[in-house]
Amino acid sequence: MSVICFALVHIGPGDPLSTLLPEDAPQEVVDRLKAEYGLDKPLVVQYVLWLGKALTGDFGISIVTSRSVLGEVLPALVNSLILAVGGAMLGFIVGMILGGLAGYFHGRPADRVFTGMAITGVSVPHYWLAIVLVIIFSVELQWLPSLGMNMSGATDFTFTIENFRHMVLPVIALSVIPAGIVTRTVRGAVAELLNQEFVEALRSKGMNERQILRHVAKNAAPQVMAVMGLQLGYLLGGSILIETVFAWPGTGLLLNNAIFSRDIPLLQGTILILALIFVALNLLIDVAQATVDPRIKR
Amino acid sequence: MTAQTMDSTAIAAAEAPSAGPKRRTYWSAVFERLRRDPVTIGCAVIILIIMLAAIFAPLIAPHDPYKTSMLNRLAAVGTPGHLLGTDELGRDMLSRLIYGGRVSLFTAIVPVIGALILGGTLGIVAGFLGGRVNMIIMRTMDVFYAFPSILLAIAISGALGAGVLNAVISLTLIFMPPICRVAETVTTQVRNLDFIAAARATPASTGRILRVHVLGNVLGPILIYASSLVSVSIIIASGLSFLGLGVSPPEADWGLMLNTLRQSIYVAPVNAALPGVLIFITGFCFNLMSDGLRSAMDVKL
Repeated sequence: MSVICFALVHIGPGDPLSTLLPEDAPQEVVDRLKAEYGLDKPLVVQYVLWLGKALTGDFGISIVTSRSVLGEVLPALVNSLILAVGGAMLGFIVGMILGGLAGYFHGRPADRVFTGMAITGVSVPHYWLAIVLVIIFSVELQWLPSLGMNMSGATDFTFTIENFRHMVLPVIALSVIPAGIVTRTVRGAVAELLNQEFVEALRSKGMNERQILRHVAKNAAPQVMAVMGLQLGYLLGGSILIETVFAWPGTGLLLNNAIFSRDIPLLQGTILILALIFVALNLLIDVAQATVDPRIKR
Repeated sequence: MTAQTMDSTAIAAAEAPSAGPKRRTYWSAVFERLRRDPVTIGCAVIILIIMLAAIFAPLIAPHDPYKTSMLNRLAAVGTPGHLLGTDELGRDMLSRLIYGGRVSLFTAIVPVIGALILGGTLGIVAGFLGGRVNMIIMRTMDVFYAFPSILLAIAISGALGAGVLNAVISLTLIFMPPICRVAETVTTQVRNLDFIAAARATPASTGRILRVHVLGNVLGPILIYASSLVSVSIIIASGLSFLGLGVSPPEADWGLMLNTLRQSIYVAPVNAALPGVLIFITGFCFNLMSDGLRSAMDVKL
């Protein structure tokens, strides 16, 4: 994983220092800067040095801003996390309700309507939806702001109404894909479980529908949780497009800037940190699944 | 794949090596089911129209997609002569959308085909041979799962630099692992069925078993899975070019048009939203078509 992060940014064209120095910079200045950033050593040595430092939490210094990569990434990560969690919660709630209903009314008109909505959600390019939302709610109705986190341009999230107002549109745009995917998963799980014999047994025992649904929900949980966890990870890493549209100061915007300024340490650090969180999240799901469903044991 | 189809195809393959009549009934049943599915047919027709429009763009487009006109900037949809209006440089939107479809569809479909060939082959080999080969191939693929796919696509594209070819490479790389995984799972299932053991008992060579008995049974599910990726592919591909990692101006695809028109949402909101509508329709139709194929072929993944 770390090898990929490292290799990724080194296969690309363009000398990272060329963005810093003027075209006619004397050779000795170039050499000194290269030595300073460790770019004069062979790639393997660069990799080992980078990994060794990364393990201790030192991801180097951003070439463009000269601030530490960790110092750049962490605040952005918090901002991204706020959006991702917001989008995930909205998406999961909508998905569970629609999916539950679709699964319960399996094969009936209601099922077809909700399934259609789910497919629509999965097929919508979310960055386009973001633009459409801006057009409707910011340009035409002028209800909600379209850019940034707040009016002052600060990049720290505070619990003010202003911040929440800025969050509304990005969160809706982000929630559509997870909503669609969760709807599909929940629908499949519920429809399948309702067909099983134990449901028949519960019914013959005289249980009412609400109690039966609780049993079904419990059995569907592990599968649905796995999908949700993955989606949260995707939201965290994949919000780059939404953050670009809304100029939300998160990791996505950071990555975008790092790519276009060829800021290698920043690029490597951000991707590695995001990947680490993604892996940790997956691990967490496995643990959570095992707690909910005792049959899953390693 | 449900147990039922698995059995019927397995029996068909095991009973008669030529498998003529049985297999034909399976496929004719599939076509019969498809014919009675208006949604799938409708989606296929829409996609066909969009594709044909893109292929024959020079014949269909009413204007030159690169001809700018400063007097005619951001004309509204429905302006005489410009059915869908003009963009921020006065270029005809309809013509640009038709031409843009060329790049958009290319970057959406080619990576899936590439990943299908690479990932499918690796997965089938891993599944069929098992053991150490399986472990090496599948563990390598696992590494890719450490990254959310959009992030990986953007990172690879960003590293390689902007360009259509680089976008195709990065998308191929992110679609390869999931296809490989599906191919490996299906192949492992088929490999352990009795009819493969029966085929092994005959003088059939490994190559022949792989070609005749395994491939015929795994190709369906793998193709279905790959077809479901096309809609994801068009969204990510257009996303890459939306970020400026795809085609370079003045050439344009739907993603880049969406990006450049974003500055004009206050003046011409409808024009600005149009390219996204096409991405959405294409993705939506591919999704429904894939679902229709899946149920027609009775494949469960």
